[in-house]
Amino acid sequence: MTELTHLTIAEARDGLKAKTFSATELAKAHIAAVEKARALNAYVLETPEKALAMAKASDEKIAKGEGRPMEGIPLGIKDLFCTEGVVSTAGSKIIGNFTPPYESTVTQNLWNDGAVMLGKLNMDEFAMGSSNETSAFGPVVSPWRREGSNVSAGAAGQIEGTHLVPGGSSGGSAAAVAAHLCLGATATDTGGSIRQPAAFTGTVGIKPTYGRVSRWGTVAFASSLDQAGPITRTVRDAAIMLRSMSGPDAKDTTCVDMPVPDYEAAVTRGVKGLKIGIPKEYRVDGMSPEIEKLWQQGIEWLRAAGAEIVDVSLPHTKYALPAYYIVAPAEASSNLARYDGVRYGLRENGKDIVDLYEKTRAAGFGREVKRRIMIGTYVLSAGYYDAYYVRAQKIRTLIKQDFEKVYAEGVHAILTPATPTAAFGIGEKGSGDPVEMYLNDIFTVTVNMAGLPGLAVPAGLDAQGLPLGLQLIGRAFDEETLFAVGQVIEDAAGRIKLPTPWWA
Amino acid sequence: MSVDEKTVRRIAHLARIAVTDAEVPHLQGELNAILAFVEQLNEVNVEGVEPMTSVTPMTMKKRQDGVTDGGYPEKIVQNAPATEDNFFLVPKVVE
Repeated sequence: MTELTHLTIAEARDGLKAKTFSATELAKAHIAAVEKARALNAYVLETPEKALAMAKASDEKIAKGEGRPMEGIPLGIKDLFCTEGVVSTAGSKIIGNFTPPYESTVTQNLWNDGAVMLGKLNMDEFAMGSSNETSAFGPVVSPWRREGSNVSAGAAGQIEGTHLVPGGSSGGSAAAVAAHLCLGATATDTGGSIRQPAAFTGTVGIKPTYGRVSRWGTVAFASSLDQAGPITRTVRDAAIMLRSMSGPDAKDTTCVDMPVPDYEAAVTRGVKGLKIGIPKEYRVDGMSPEIEKLWQQGIEWLRAAGAEIVDVSLPHTKYALPAYYIVAPAEASSNLARYDGVRYGLRENGKDIVDLYEKTRAAGFGREVKRRIMIGTYVLSAGYYDAYYVRAQKIRTLIKQDFEKVYAEGVHAILTPATPTAAFGIGEKGSGDPVEMYLNDIFTVTVNMAGLPGLAVPAGLDAQGLPLGLQLIGRAFDEETLFAVGQVIEDAAGRIKLPTPWWA
Repeated sequence: MSVDEKTVRRIAHLARIAVTDAEVPHLQGELNAILAFVEQLNEVNVEGVEPMTSVTPMTMKKRQDGVTDGGYPEKIVQNAPATEDNFFLVPKVVE
């Protein structure tokens, strides 16, 4: 039998139902794997007792024949989701001891469907980063190594050598799924934070349409862009998990009142009769030839499976990233104003209230977060608001119209690379110029700006043995087509062989 | 556009983040790198384009204007660094 930690969500669900193993056995296998993988720093908090209690409850449900869609499935939860009675830090020192007295809608939906929580996953501070290096709790080590690299597990439970980043901001989620430390993980995506780490780690990640998933109880970064989704090891698993995470929520007015389709049923639809668009603007300077080749391979796979391939144009693509770096920091500067040292979290006393605010925020926020708050404050300040913020929001309208035109011409989904390169090493990017790091999100950020769904699916390995991903962009609220097309790519590429546990 | 040291200090104060003298030149360089990057947006003709206000077309959900939650002040203040009788404590702000 396959090791319990190597099952897919679908296989685990079927095995639990058939009573081949129990939810408790499944939870214990994962708890052991998580303990042995502490050197990766994927989990910031392990909750084994909670996992075992939830698994026991699942076993009772299964015994009574009352198993729910995610019954007994052990998950990791990104630390951006508030979990009742369990410390939730958003990767920041400023709320490093915050214990929410409430549960986020996404996690509550998962628990209502029977899922089991293994712990909280590391992430870039307030989800601001593309490498997990901005976390106040240290970077996450990718389970992937370049061929012939010097990275190994040291004697003192430390990693030796220059390791690779898992991507970000959902770096802990992606690393945990790739290293078999959970069957699936929750993640969030504001500019690419689900899809880029999924691509870097050979996992599947979907950012659903804005409004598909409730944002209630998820720590806010940029409210008009943030959307939660799953990271899993297969397209089918992403479909199963997204269905449980989604649904209307009276607590979030931007969450739509639309029924959630059976995404898993869409996985086997195939691509016959679908029109797939290839946008020429995504052929950017500096794109690795391997990514270019992978993209061409993806086109051929879809054509061979019966899709019609058409060239399309999304003329405002190049302006999405600079517009994002106005809109997202502006919203962040407003959202993060709440961390004032008064109502929760860290407090540094000062001579008066303003001094208290300034000292608390200086001590509590990391460098990347401060930088983005300051950019946001500047672009919203008197005299600059029209030149920066309003202009960026107009460009956002143009970006969305580009997609609308393409979809109006009958295109069902768009195929692009997920990232311009494979994973890079820790400390390699962004130390001098923050924009170097931002360029990681060049293919993913357009999707957030237009509120559309985007799926990253592993499609091959580069010459160094590192995974590369393709991205599918869909019509609003048509995640089903993305799952159907994604499955065709997964079948054609073959499941990526994930790293063996060199860290344990 | 680019920012000088004085502007960096002003933005930091508006953002309520204390900065040291040593941090200012570094922040100035980073902020200017980002501002230089977004400069390319000026190439785009945005005449007559409506700024985006809602990315997914939807009408705002409304509910009955009534109390649906609350009555647990101890939960509200439980994570606060300083409280007294379920009130948040701050330094004196009114003379």
